[in-house]
Amino acid sequence: MSGMMAVFRKELADHFTSLRFVILLILVIGLVVVTMFIAAQNIRSYITADTHFIFLTLFIVPGPEVPVLGQVSFPTILAIFIPIIGIILGFDTINSERTSGNLSRIMSQPLYRDSVINGKFLAGLATLTILVLSTVVIVGGMGLRMIGVAPTAEEILRLFAFIFVSIVYGAFWMALAVLFSVMFKSTATSILVSLSIWILLFLLISPIAQTIAGSIVPIDQNSSLDTITKYDQIYHNIRRISPNTLYGEATGALLVPELGNMSTLQMLIGVQTGGLKPSPLPLGQSLLLVWPQLTSLIALTALCFAGSYIKFMREEIRAT
Amino acid sequence: MSAVIETRDLVKNYGKFVAVDKLNLSINEGEVFGFLGPNGAGKTTTLLMLLGLTEPTSGIASIWGHNSTREPIEVKRITGYLPEKVGFYDYLTAAENLDYTAALNGIARDKAAKRIDELLGMVGLADMAGNKVGTFSHGMKQRLGIADVMIKDPKVAFFDEPTAGIDPEGIEQILKLILNMAKQKVTVVLSSHQLLQVQKICTRVGILSKGRLVADGSVDDLGREKIGGGKVRIEIQVAEPSTKFVKSIQKIKGVTGVESTGELLLVSCEKDLRRQIAKVATDCDSLIVQMRIEEYGLDDIYMKYFSEA
Repeated sequence: MSGMMAVFRKELADHFTSLRFVILLILVIGLVVVTMFIAAQNIRSYITADTHFIFLTLFIVPGPEVPVLGQVSFPTILAIFIPIIGIILGFDTINSERTSGNLSRIMSQPLYRDSVINGKFLAGLATLTILVLSTVVIVGGMGLRMIGVAPTAEEILRLFAFIFVSIVYGAFWMALAVLFSVMFKSTATSILVSLSIWILLFLLISPIAQTIAGSIVPIDQNSSLDTITKYDQIYHNIRRISPNTLYGEATGALLVPELGNMSTLQMLIGVQTGGLKPSPLPLGQSLLLVWPQLTSLIALTALCFAGSYIKFMREEIRAT
Repeated sequence: MSAVIETRDLVKNYGKFVAVDKLNLSINEGEVFGFLGPNGAGKTTTLLMLLGLTEPTSGIASIWGHNSTREPIEVKRITGYLPEKVGFYDYLTAAENLDYTAALNGIARDKAAKRIDELLGMVGLADMAGNKVGTFSHGMKQRLGIADVMIKDPKVAFFDEPTAGIDPEGIEQILKLILNMAKQKVTVVLSSHQLLQVQKICTRVGILSKGRLVADGSVDDLGREKIGGGKVRIEIQVAEPSTKFVKSIQKIKGVTGVESTGELLLVSCEKDLRRQIAKVATDCDSLIVQMRIEEYGLDDIYMKYFSEA
């Protein structure tokens, strides 16, 4: 335990003094600020008399138009940058220690091997938490100045839940990067593999899911509602392989309380056929909605961790 | 004296390659043990198994009665290890690097700070304590490595090629530091193929070849056994060689042969008989200019082993 805390303290200090952390911080905060300025111009048209959560709206107002992604809002920016932060914080956890010749020296001290992974992971998690928290605080602060509406207690709770989900999302990517840092001897390989997986799960999961769902349940303009719903279910379930989808769904449910269903298509069908205007769900219900997404993210993280442990525990530590 | 480092039928295979082959080693408390052998003989692998940094295929390695594979933490608490290519965090200072090692060993901060000052002074890096390790030379890093090993007050210390690639002056300093450790009752195992240095500081050497221990003993014993055919050879220079003197020597109990070449007499005997020879010399009125026991260098022994292998 004391060994893990020693690793944690050193790694945290390393993160804060490292150039890469400063660059990340400037990058993320810069992007958030730019998004918010553009969102500020759109927010008036976005808020109507029916808007229940004005402060939350601030976080979901679409910002600048970006090719491929469309209009990006604050959660989209986080969905893109949290994985990058996670990967950058984790990709060289073990293999950089190995190449620098420190691993042999550290592992000949009386501490368990998992203490090294755990301590480093926790330090990364603390750094990630600070980054995410600071962005939310910046957006909230700028929003308060802009719209002058103070958040309600429920909005604050929802934001905390949002921050928590964001951190878990980042934790997954960090755990994945840590796994690759154990598997690959070279830091270049581990960061490239991590980033390719990120691109695959982020950009390519939708077309892949479309193709598979389309081949299982072919739909066209004349398809019945049942068929379309079936297609939609398959499509969404395949997309849920990607942590990015899980994160998107979870943040949607937390920041847009009107969302009663993870699938916007099914929501629309419900609204169209029932002729209902969606009303916001209570916080408890939104949290229940997020629960499966959250547990899936945690399970994926645990899986990466298990992989790292298994590989690292019995490995030979040789100075190379 | 009891064995503090022990291996029993220790085997390590990498696929089909046998790195360490049924190694039985026992090193006593306070010894400076030199671990010799060509590259790839299994020296480092044996050290890694003793430290619990890799698992043996079969057999047991233990230090102070702790099984290295099953109780690695207990082993590492009392064992210091300086790997062959030691690395430090380049962006931290010498003192910060040692501070981290101290923290990993659970040494209290104030106690650690005092000990770090002391150790950096000892290895001659006191002035460099606040400098980043990235600016250090190889020799300085190696000395810092010795301080790093010392910080936990180990009972056993392993040095893997501590003098490789270091200038003669640096080597001298490092060997002195290692000898100092041995004086403080630390059992030292030194792996090297720089024979002269090993000979200088080791009380006992083991020669490893293809994962097997082919020789084990003090340098003198090994030399006598391998080159002198188990005999002590005494070289005597006499002022006026006389047959009477030669004959008298031959009569001494234990002498097996005398060769004479001019002023030089080469006496083979079963043990050190210089005292008896000197007595005979006075009896015969011969003047001994000098008399010495022929010593065997470790490189002679080493070459002998590997020319046969």
